[in-house]
Amino acid sequence: MLGRTANSLFWMFRYLERAENTARLIDAGLRMALTRDSVSAEEEWRSVIETAGHRRGYEAKNATYTGMQAWNYILRDKDSSASVLNTFQQIRSNAREARSAITSEVWEAVNDSWLQIKDMLARPVGEQRVGEVLTAVRRAGTLAHGAVLGSMLREEGFHFARAGTFIERADNIARIMDIKYYLLLPSLSYVGSSMDTGQWDMVLRSVSGDSAYRWLNAGQIDARGIVSFLVLDERFPRSLAYSHAALRENLAALARIHGIEGTSNELMRESDTRLSGLSIEDVFDKGLHQFLTDFTAANSSIAQAIAQDYRFLA
Amino acid sequence: MAAGEFFDEMHKPDGGVRDAYTGYQAWYGEQEKSFLKRKHRDAETAFRRTGITFNVYGEDEAEERLIPFDMVPRIITAHEWRKLTKGIEQRVSALNAFMHDLYHRQEIIRAGRVPEHLFRNNAAWLPHMVGFTPPGGIYTHIVGIDLVRTGPDEFYVLEDNARTPSGVSYMLENRETMMAMFPELFMRVPVESVSNYPRRLAKSLAACAPACAEGKPVVAVLTPGIFNSAYFEHAFLAEQMGAELVEGRDLRVVDGRVAMRTTWGYKPIDVIYRRVDDEFLDPLSFNPDSVLGVPGIMDVYRAGRVTIANAPGTGVADDKAIYSFMPEIVEFYTGEKPLLPNVQTWRCSDPESLAYVLDNLAELVAKEVHGSGGYGMLIGPAASKRELSDFAAKLRENPEGYIAQPTLALSTCPIFTNRGLAPRHLDLRPFVLVSPDKVDITPGGLTRVAMKPGSLVVNSSQGGGTKDTWVLKD
Repeated sequence: MLGRTANSLFWMFRYLERAENTARLIDAGLRMALTRDSVSAEEEWRSVIETAGHRRGYEAKNATYTGMQAWNYILRDKDSSASVLNTFQQIRSNAREARSAITSEVWEAVNDSWLQIKDMLARPVGEQRVGEVLTAVRRAGTLAHGAVLGSMLREEGFHFARAGTFIERADNIARIMDIKYYLLLPSLSYVGSSMDTGQWDMVLRSVSGDSAYRWLNAGQIDARGIVSFLVLDERFPRSLAYSHAALRENLAALARIHGIEGTSNELMRESDTRLSGLSIEDVFDKGLHQFLTDFTAANSSIAQAIAQDYRFLA
Repeated sequence: MAAGEFFDEMHKPDGGVRDAYTGYQAWYGEQEKSFLKRKHRDAETAFRRTGITFNVYGEDEAEERLIPFDMVPRIITAHEWRKLTKGIEQRVSALNAFMHDLYHRQEIIRAGRVPEHLFRNNAAWLPHMVGFTPPGGIYTHIVGIDLVRTGPDEFYVLEDNARTPSGVSYMLENRETMMAMFPELFMRVPVESVSNYPRRLAKSLAACAPACAEGKPVVAVLTPGIFNSAYFEHAFLAEQMGAELVEGRDLRVVDGRVAMRTTWGYKPIDVIYRRVDDEFLDPLSFNPDSVLGVPGIMDVYRAGRVTIANAPGTGVADDKAIYSFMPEIVEFYTGEKPLLPNVQTWRCSDPESLAYVLDNLAELVAKEVHGSGGYGMLIGPAASKRELSDFAAKLRENPEGYIAQPTLALSTCPIFTNRGLAPRHLDLRPFVLVSPDKVDITPGGLTRVAMKPGSLVVNSSQGGGTKDTWVLKD
């Protein structure tokens, strides 16, 4: 496969994952705003904008934080390269670049979603429509992943697509946790009274982990439980541990296909060594914020090493 | 011109249906109107979903547009097709011999059958090709011959697309769409299949591989990239052939071979099916400002270590001034009379012809010698006084740049409209593959149809549509 095509596949799925996570984040914000007073709702949208990495662009155009402004900015601002609309533009043009390396099923899933979402985002999104827009964005991911799993050869292309997915997922989850890390300090759960279960619920919702968490923990919400769920629980497909376990498999498969291990495999092993046997106490001892910073940095060096190992760029 | 002056391929003047269409008509008569209308709408959705779009130059807003698809097939009998095939084979063989001669001994010029100035002043003429024979001796690997019909047995060649003919993906996707929409129709009417075209293309290209190719030749499709109007087709053909779709930035000359950057490192390519123009092939040889080419590719080519299809410099042959000499060219190289006639053509470079063209411009179609895609052409009968006088001024200023032809009474075939069937003018582009082994013509082609009543312009860039083209089995 061409290095450029591998690059397109990798980024196509990074962007897809990013769009999907952004939709989850807005969804969680929406829910918070509906169950809060207006002051904390404003705070919530500020935090959503911050987490999605849009603060500077948003504040250049808006003086206040309201839900309508916030989600319209994140979803469809033309000048923001990270808006969901522009992200989908990127997904589709990467899909076109890689058109001869993806199946018709994958192409049609992505192209259909693009046509639908472009249409939905052609005009401002009001309260009545925001729910269906977010559903459409999440469904775009579901459809594309389903098409990939069901139709693509387990060859290089498949593994580049999956590697892109898990690199981006790990990055996004770590960022969401880091923005809210102060909520997840263990001391708060000892203090007890100031514990804001609504906020924690928001963190879980923004990674679609609320019901999974409740199922596993019988409704008991505390910092320890949530952090250990999001960082260490390999059963949860949006945990850091799961994302990296999956990534490790894709990178191992690539090394097998190529008959040689590269820097990406080496860095992956180092990351595994750091994560395996890690207990929740270790995370808190190190400091959650520090842990997440280190993790994000390691994650992005793996991404760079993949690009290098497989000649994404000339 | 009034209705009835044109040959309609489906309906006879008495309202009956011609032989080619009897099977179709029987089916059509049984269909509910509402069913057909629904299918008519479905077709567009299907095309948009598969992503068969093209980009129109100079239109920012409608960056990707669909070519209108009409669901009434254009049908050709086995007998008609056999005759066309013979004529096309003859013409394409002559074209290839002509290219070889032009870049070698130029016998045809020595014999005084074609004037030298024709290609001396031709921008498509490539000095790099002089004295060089491409692998297998093939210049025109893929040719699209544009045919028009004016009567039961009257087919004319309108153009020879010998550079990089496009549209073959429409031939394939139109058929796929028709089969998906009307499967029962294909059970009733025996139609020759076109779906193996990509396999035939891959085989034909592989047969032209250079001597240094080891094992199964590596074929790649070279595209200018996703912003090119035919990108969809490039990706489609690469996928269907199982070939890599490369851009100039993926390629580099490594150890005297053209190589592509794969995830494994640089890998040599044996055959490049290029969909870029000559001047974007090699910035060292042609266009120092181009970012699309591969520096040094022409040196590798001249060393016989890569095949480029079509060969650089073949553009000479699809120039409209050369076209006017095709009858002489066919006769000179094949020793036979042309089986497929040319359309009568006045070369404005000739003073007498120019005078005739200027006097009769309102009845003629005038075209730029190097133009394509329906740009820069004038259809006399449809032009305003102003357009005619503007064009006449251009002709006087640069007569060598133009040819003129009579306005042909192009045949019609019905399209489906909400009010039922309505005749529209059309043309036909069969796709021809040339290798040292054979000339291979897929039974079918691209039928382009003017969607506006009375219009003679079928080019997609000018609003034309396409139809599925059926060649009936015996």
